[in-house]
Amino acid sequence: MAEPVDIPEDDEPGEDVKKFMFVNRRAPYGTIYALEGLEMVLITGAFDQDVSVVFMDDGVFQIVKGQDTKAVNMKNFSPTYRALEGYDIDKLYVERESIEARGLTAEDFVVPVKVLSAAELAGLMAEQHVIISA
Amino acid sequence: MKFSVLVNEGPFTHQASDSAYHFVKAAIGKGHEVMRVFFYHDGVNNGAKLSSPQQDDRNIVKLWSQLGKEHGLDLVICVAAALRRGIKDDVLAEGFRISGLGQLIEAGMETDRLVVFGD
Repeated sequence: MAEPVDIPEDDEPGEDVKKFMFVNRRAPYGTIYALEGLEMVLITGAFDQDVSVVFMDDGVFQIVKGQDTKAVNMKNFSPTYRALEGYDIDKLYVERESIEARGLTAEDFVVPVKVLSAAELAGLMAEQHVIISA
Repeated sequence: MKFSVLVNEGPFTHQASDSAYHFVKAAIGKGHEVMRVFFYHDGVNNGAKLSSPQQDDRNIVKLWSQLGKEHGLDLVICVAAALRRGIKDDVLAEGFRISGLGQLIEAGMETDRLVVFGD
């Protein structure tokens, strides 16, 4: 009869998984925070963590459709947000108050998003292990 | 408690690095562990040894180097952010090392709290 095999702890699903939330609050151009923020999110995708990405304040402009950056000589990196799905990062949220203040709706974005109120987002934030905002 | 720290702003322009430094010093003083300090965005400039502030001002780069030496801190500069800003091994201050963003995520995974300093 075969000896019972000990399953190593790190083979168990859910082990070492933390809830990471990235909060994007700034416009895509003008400062580098949005671009380097996206680089952080993409790297996290390689670590099999539970990742949420929030867009609020001017950060909602990061994922708005139809960006044309030719005149400012900067790379339009908005298509890269569509790559998040390939890393199983599909918890994308926008803050309702932010999009309403800017005349946007959930259909104006390059990726599918869930619209949450500030109060709902606060609840979601309270559940996170790590929150990185830029 | 086991902490890691993220510094998102460069020295002098912004207080983030000073605040992070005081936080790390205080945390260690209270007996907590600081697993890693990760420098991102303009924060990578905190590891540039060419920084030479006036004599009567604090030297933030040196303060980090000294604190790192005293407590064996892991001071990590993000490679992608560093290369953009002209920070390479030849201008790296003592006690810092250059590595990837994975080091930040790993710090978030392995510590009780990741504390972010920036705007």
